[in-house]
Amino acid sequence: MQNYLEFEKGLAEIEGKSAELRSLARENEEMDVEAEAKALDRKAEQLLKDLYKNLTPWRKCQVARHPDRPHCADYIKQLFTEYTPLAGDRNFADDPAVMGGLARLGDRPVVVIGHEKGHDTSSRIERNFGMARPEGYRKAVRLMDLADRFNLPIVALIDTAGAYPGKGAEERGQSEAIARSTEKCLNVTVPMVSVIIGEGGSGGAVAFACGDRLAMLEHSIYSVISPEGCASILWKDAEKMRDAAEALRLTAQDLQKLGVTDLVIPEPEGGAQRDRKEAIRRVGKALEQMLSELDGKKGEALRKARRQKFLDLGSKALV
Amino acid sequence: MNWISNYVRPKINSLFSRREIPDNLWTKCPECGQMLFHRELSEALNVCPSCDHHLHISPRERFEALFDGGVFVEIDVPQPIADPLQFKDQKKYPDRLKEARRKTNEAEAMLVAEGKIGDLQIVAAGQDFSFMGGSMGMYVGNAIIAAAERAVKKKCPLILFSAAGGARMQEGILSLMQMPRTTVAVEMLKEAGLPYIVVLTHPTTGGVTASYAMLGDVQIAEPNALICFAGPRVIEQTIREKLPEGFQRAEYLLDHGMLDRVTHRQELRRELITIARMLMNQPPAVVANLPSPEVAAAVPAEPKAEAAPKAAAPKDTDAKPAS
Ligand SMILES: [Zn+2]
Repeated sequence: MQNYLEFEKGLAEIEGKSAELRSLARENEEMDVEAEAKALDRKAEQLLKDLYKNLTPWRKCQVARHPDRPHCADYIKQLFTEYTPLAGDRNFADDPAVMGGLARLGDRPVVVIGHEKGHDTSSRIERNFGMARPEGYRKAVRLMDLADRFNLPIVALIDTAGAYPGKGAEERGQSEAIARSTEKCLNVTVPMVSVIIGEGGSGGAVAFACGDRLAMLEHSIYSVISPEGCASILWKDAEKMRDAAEALRLTAQDLQKLGVTDLVIPEPEGGAQRDRKEAIRRVGKALEQMLSELDGKKGEALRKARRQKFLDLGSKALV
Repeated sequence: MNWISNYVRPKINSLFSRREIPDNLWTKCPECGQMLFHRELSEALNVCPSCDHHLHISPRERFEALFDGGVFVEIDVPQPIADPLQFKDQKKYPDRLKEARRKTNEAEAMLVAEGKIGDLQIVAAGQDFSFMGGSMGMYVGNAIIAAAERAVKKKCPLILFSAAGGARMQEGILSLMQMPRTTVAVEMLKEAGLPYIVVLTHPTTGGVTASYAMLGDVQIAEPNALICFAGPRVIEQTIREKLPEGFQRAEYLLDHGMLDRVTHRQELRRELITIARMLMNQPPAVVANLPSPEVAAAVPAEPKAEAAPKAAAPKDTDAKPAS
């Protein structure tokens, strides 16, 4: 069952009609619908292409949050072998919103961390919709330390609406936990590459996104605030999220122009949710590429170059 | 840069900015409702004499009370690209900036200065909540980097006073990128073995707490300051329950192990001198430099030879209000 976004309504109708024709034909053997169904398919294909060719920033936000998009666990399953989850922050709890552990990417042993949103009601609740608490960030710090000590590269997969705004999360130092995670990204002496696979929501995303390279999937977003939040503060009207999404320049394409993103990974036609396997494969390729660029780089020189990259941000404006 | 622009202009500026609020000679304490004579309030560092509520104080006023003799030199901050996203909501971003400049008589939301406290060289950075909510954009990032670089160059501590609603949305992702940028600045100090002391003031929230404002070697807050990542309203909407009394206030954070100290504004100068001098392995400040007579009496008078010649620094702060 395909989930359609609001702007895909026309597409849903055509694809629905085509599917209906084919199921009718299966019931009545004398009916020949193939030609008509194929024509509908072509129409749908063209419409899909047109819709996704120039997605508005707000539509990109919707695609980035699409429930059928592959999530962290899907990437780990398809791209890595010998994934061995490591749990807990050694202080308070384990946070299921953050996955992490040892794994092999090709021949390379790495430490992988990432936000996991869950794929159905019960896993979404268990994963807290990918919104991490301080324990999630502290677990990540611990795993990054492990990578640093044993000279393993770090791969981070980012997909979160933001850090969890809860009572306990605040009491246990959400802001400090995020700050320490960002600090750890900037301090490790092993290569660290991050990919935003869906939503890159504010500080909760930054905490995993301060490595040597940052890639973004074509329809992913990375923003200081959600368009809805921005609209309700600056426009005093949460319904102005389209304007806010436009103004915030949160698309992978704009972020590449600003120098924030190093690489934009093309998604399959119609978005990662339409061909999950292929989307994951492409991310795998990008990871290999970024890691091999960093091969042999380590220690102080690597850390210095990483820090300089961030210090230099802001020298490019959008025109 | 000359003596006039470095030493005199800041003082003149602050006189002007004070003169711009002339018609209300009286300020009503938002906490207890007491009418306070403006001069009386200003002499008390904007702390209500009746209920101890800490009202807003500008970085410039704060620095005048912080540095020995009120003397400090402003440090230049590299000007970032203006309006990099050409951001427009209901107003254009450059218009909002212009308005904030006119209102505050300041260039941006952070003031960086160097000078001495208790005869110890320091760099100080103060965030200005009255300038677009103190929001952290590229200028604030540049200011913190400039402050850290200066402190490293002078081999002295950096004391930062935070106050902000969060990141400056009008600079989009580039405001968010100040989280790693300012963290790099903090690392510069750590690697140089220099103290980084944070004083969190009301309010310090959002991306600011999730970066430089929580990474201090010593974390001090002013009483009752709101300090949080997510604001109380957002949390109440998310968890649909009422939050406890004093939630996310300085004292609450102290109770939960997130701060070293909560310190009254009028005690801050003395405390910062004490901490900074110890972290820099310096002998206690000489008596003549201490702010109030009560304090002076409590400290054994043993002026150290190396500190003595400098003791005659510009008019000291004895005239400052006793706490
Ligand atoms: Zn009062």
